[in-house]
Amino acid sequence: MTPEILIGNITLFILAIFLGFELITKVPATLHTPLMSGANAISGISIIGALLGANVAYDAQQTAVSGILAFVAVVLAMINVVGGFAVTNRMLNMIAGKKRRGA
Amino acid sequence: MEDWVSIGYLLSAILFISGLKKLGHPRTAPFGNQLGAMGMLVAVITTILTMELASEPANWVLIGAGLVIGSLIGYWLAVRVEMTGMPELVAMFNGFGGAASALVALSEIWKYLENAETIPVGLELTVTMVAAGLSALVGWMTLTGSMLAMYKLKGGISVFGKWIKTPTWGPTWLNPVKIILMLAVGVLIYLSICDPTNTNYMWGIIGISCALGIILVLPIGGADMPVVVSLLNSLSGIAAAFTGFIIGNSVLIIAGSLVGASGLILTFIMCKAMNRTLLDVLFKSFGGSGEKVSLTRTKVGSDADEVAMMIDGAQKVIIVPGYGMAVSQCQHQVKEFADLITEKFGTEVKYAIHPVAGRMPGHMNVLLAEASVPYEQLIEMDEINSEFPDCDVAVVIGANDTTNPAARSGEGPLAGMPIIDADMARTVVIIKRSLSVGYAGVDNDLFYMDKTMMLFGDGKAMMSQLNSAIKEI
Repeated sequence: MTPEILIGNITLFILAIFLGFELITKVPATLHTPLMSGANAISGISIIGALLGANVAYDAQQTAVSGILAFVAVVLAMINVVGGFAVTNRMLNMIAGKKRRGA
Repeated sequence: MEDWVSIGYLLSAILFISGLKKLGHPRTAPFGNQLGAMGMLVAVITTILTMELASEPANWVLIGAGLVIGSLIGYWLAVRVEMTGMPELVAMFNGFGGAASALVALSEIWKYLENAETIPVGLELTVTMVAAGLSALVGWMTLTGSMLAMYKLKGGISVFGKWIKTPTWGPTWLNPVKIILMLAVGVLIYLSICDPTNTNYMWGIIGISCALGIILVLPIGGADMPVVVSLLNSLSGIAAAFTGFIIGNSVLIIAGSLVGASGLILTFIMCKAMNRTLLDVLFKSFGGSGEKVSLTRTKVGSDADEVAMMIDGAQKVIIVPGYGMAVSQCQHQVKEFADLITEKFGTEVKYAIHPVAGRMPGHMNVLLAEASVPYEQLIEMDEINSEFPDCDVAVVIGANDTTNPAARSGEGPLAGMPIIDADMARTVVIIKRSLSVGYAGVDNDLFYMDKTMMLFGDGKAMMSQLNSAIKEI
């Protein structure tokens, strides 16, 4: 890792944090839980790291333990991602679906 | 990394950003969620394509099995869950997310341990170890903290009505301990940079982080749980970002820090709705920590016929739902009640929604929407409070702390929490199993007022009785 790449990553990190602060401003109480749950599903992005980890583990045959760890990470991250988006969708359908009918 | 990979990740980052943005507005929220899911799909497909196109064969069995097993479990849990169990499920998913990030970090470090030649040197070693240490700290803390939070939320459900002390324990000396443990992790990270092959440091970090998650959540009472889950959600995002530093992956860094920052803002918004600061939530025990108030007062219960007659002739009725409605699943009976009195007596019906009624924000909206209550009748606390003095009857269904006038007094655990002014209504009908205290452990004066009629019993049973009594009039 060169210092340039590190600086680039830190730049991404800090800019994304600022963006995250600005992104959410005023949220009605109704949406607090769906927003939390949807954001939570996005934090399952570590699935990418888990996939790469599980793959590299195969390249070097002897690295069995790291492969198993990455495999567990794939499962957990996938539960978080699929379950998170599905449950958020369910909640929002209940809130918004009825609203359309009521309006 | 090839260029198109970066472009794929950029696309998914854009989808995440617009998804989060849209999730904050009622009209666009479902689309926002879909955008987020699409972003995730793009990221996963990009990654899988990279592996497919790489010169070495990919480990499809392991990857495919993980993807399929995880998806099936996640989907099954999400579809099966009852609406009352939603907060626990979100807490659990959150814990899994944190654990996944920490496991990826651990897996990377393990690779170095198994293959000593690959241990990086210089700047890369420092960055890897710092990021791995922080990812482990935040990730494992999120896992144990979320699991405890889930248990606490569940504990609240099973003992509702008969308030049993939940495992809430937090003496003040625990606060410096938390800080010392955090510093200890810092020291261990430094030591692991000096001696990367010594696994004891790694296990030390993992152990301390797990313990930290427990002692951070242990002192926090049930009413504050949604805030804690939101904070843990923010932390799991940060864990993903740190993991991104280890494997040098931009989409992990962007999405992780986005969730970390927006989750923190959401945490503050939720604290504000309860008139509490984050520091109070984290370091001052609240709800369930105090001694249980022994009830000395009594109140004679009313019956459904009496209440039905009183409601006959009411011009305006405001329904105040609380957690009891969620537990007894009586939202359909509540809707039927509202329809009946509107039809029969021409009464105007509205619902007063406290921002933290139930065990998660928006809990009541979800349940009432399920029962097809028109959205316009659901009025948020700040707007409806001025209407209570003109209201003939306030019907409180399984709500306690959110209507407790003690909150206005400025003393005790509820001090300063905004409440629904149900006590301003001309008559108050309360459907509740007993006079017992709510989560905050404070006796509720509202129950003992002269104008209050108590209907003791399960929400569903009492609402059905009330409905049949009204039909007979």
